[in-house]
Amino acid sequence: MARVPREHLLTAKQMAQFVTDGFLVFEGLVPKELNEAVHADQEAGKGYWHTSEAIRQVFEYLPVKGVIQSLVGENPVYDHSALHVVGPNQRHAQIWHADSIIDARPLAFDIQAMYFSADSTKENGATLVLPGSHLRRVSNASISRYKNILGQRQLTGPAGTIAFLHQGLWHCAQPNQTDRTRYMFKLRLRPGEEQRGLFNTEGYDDPEVRKIVGGFPHAWQGEMARAENVERAKLWRYVCGDDSVDTAFEGVLTRMHL
Amino acid sequence: MGRLRQQILILHLSHSDLDASVVAWALYDGAKSADELQMQSGDQQEPPYRSALDAMRDGWFVIQIPTLPYFVRGQEHEVGHLPYEYVLERRVEVDG
Repeated sequence: MARVPREHLLTAKQMAQFVTDGFLVFEGLVPKELNEAVHADQEAGKGYWHTSEAIRQVFEYLPVKGVIQSLVGENPVYDHSALHVVGPNQRHAQIWHADSIIDARPLAFDIQAMYFSADSTKENGATLVLPGSHLRRVSNASISRYKNILGQRQLTGPAGTIAFLHQGLWHCAQPNQTDRTRYMFKLRLRPGEEQRGLFNTEGYDDPEVRKIVGGFPHAWQGEMARAENVERAKLWRYVCGDDSVDTAFEGVLTRMHL
Repeated sequence: MGRLRQQILILHLSHSDLDASVVAWALYDGAKSADELQMQSGDQQEPPYRSALDAMRDGWFVIQIPTLPYFVRGQEHEVGHLPYEYVLERRVEVDG
């Protein structure tokens, strides 16, 4: 795909938030007409990548392409997609899991776009995620005995909301307490190039950006938050394309010559 | 006379001290029938106890204390599952 104009790329602050939380949510990003066309396809049983032109148009929409390009480059590789359906009055939540399999790549990552063509609410089963869990090395459903974790958050938003997730983020579908079917379209993309300096890197080492990446925002990490902070600093170096930037706790990447 | 059933409470703490704060929790209730809903992912926002010690004071018995993490040189900062997992039990009587 063609390079998108710079104003559609993620800013350094947004990228810092992605690296810290493992996801970004853009509420109501996709225009109404497109959401309605996709939702109609979903209701008609043809809401899949290869059967819905409207779905493919969503991912051609410039603001959506800008986010994708910032994360996985100009020519991302289609991995797979799925339409996740939670039927009406579904009482059971999905178990906590991380998708796919333990990833062997130290820093590179796939992204998963989660697109809601209709309003995504707490009542209708908005996907639950655990901010900051994306760097944990777990195996798919090895985390399934966990039930509630401090900081867990549902991906709510009006129709047209898209969340972009690092592939490692822990998540699960939630019960649907309404009498309407809830749809979430998921698209997984692999990077088409090394993920270094793909976003709008202006100001990536500014104090307010360093504060995001170098902080300890996730209470659930407990005393392991320091180790997590170091892993995050390594990812920040990678996405910035600058192996000298050091946001780690007490500057340990520099101190330990990592 | 009632029959005994086991309830399992899993508390994940912020560090290994049993009085450390709870960061994650799960309840598996053997006293509930198969038709009744167990605790579901995401159905509570506040932990039932402040710490494992707090739960012990309320009648829960600790049946597992986690082995402390072992840090392999070269992978010191890698993170995975929640490390400070305490399993507690309570036995309750059910009718019938």
